[in-house]
Amino acid sequence: MKISVLQFPGTNCEYDAKYAFEQLGCVVEIIWHKEKQIPSDTDLLVIPGGFSYGDYLRSGAIARFANVMDSVQSYAANGGKVLGICNGFQILLEAGLLPGAMKRNDSLHFISKYHTLKVINTDNKFLSLMKKDQVVNIPVAHHDGNYYIDEAGLKELEENNQILLKYCDKDGNLVNMNGSLLNIAGICNKERNVFGLMPHPERAIEELLGSVDGVNMLKGFLQ
Amino acid sequence: MKAIVNVALKQGVLDDQGKATHHALDTLGFKELVKNVRIGKQIIIELNSTDKESAKEEVTKMCQKLLANTVIEDYDIEIVG
Repeated sequence: MKISVLQFPGTNCEYDAKYAFEQLGCVVEIIWHKEKQIPSDTDLLVIPGGFSYGDYLRSGAIARFANVMDSVQSYAANGGKVLGICNGFQILLEAGLLPGAMKRNDSLHFISKYHTLKVINTDNKFLSLMKKDQVVNIPVAHHDGNYYIDEAGLKELEENNQILLKYCDKDGNLVNMNGSLLNIAGICNKERNVFGLMPHPERAIEELLGSVDGVNMLKGFLQ
Repeated sequence: MKAIVNVALKQGVLDDQGKATHHALDTLGFKELVKNVRIGKQIIIELNSTDKESAKEEVTKMCQKLLANTVIEDYDIEIVG
């Protein structure tokens, strides 16, 4: 399995993502944003977390115009699988590959901690190895994770089962930790080949780090 | 010539920064006076142009492509100088 991981100026989770997928036996290549093409043998494209272009203007707003993004658009349009984690999710929203937008957390604080998430939908590659309503422990680290979409868009997300993950407490009761509409932590597109989530599954792959709940998420793509 | 672009969250999209600032103004003794606070950003673009109309058209394109995220934000443009 070949994974391509994008790298922009300010990206800081590309090596974590590389390490995580290598532990699962994948071949991982880091792709600099100036490349015009992603490798043609890419099985999964990952846009990792960080602060691309310093989060200037808006998180993800400048990265979406990087050279490599045309190739990402056509890869996704042809059914290629794309995973955006944290800043990667923000870039996918800015690029229009996922619906909605991110606002600053309602507390106005940067939130960096482990948080429990509830699996809402498993009818997709990403969460196929997880159970509906399962509670997993995955760290978050973001300033702009307050997901917003208009009413019509939210209805569409719900009807098409595009909401994949929500924030919850350890017993599975939904909680709103950053102002996100319906406690949304992760979504996919209608075609189910583009996934975005704010939490970092690649940081929850070893007991030493506090959780291994990210492993089965990432493994979903390797099925 | 300059374009002064104001970008702010749309009406109806909760402005947490505005709300927090409103609350702070209340506690500083301005509660009676302050009705609402909204926070946005101002982008000042110096232009190589003398044609206000075409400049405004081009700056509108800039707003739609990059300067504002129209899912959550509105913008207005003033051409001066």
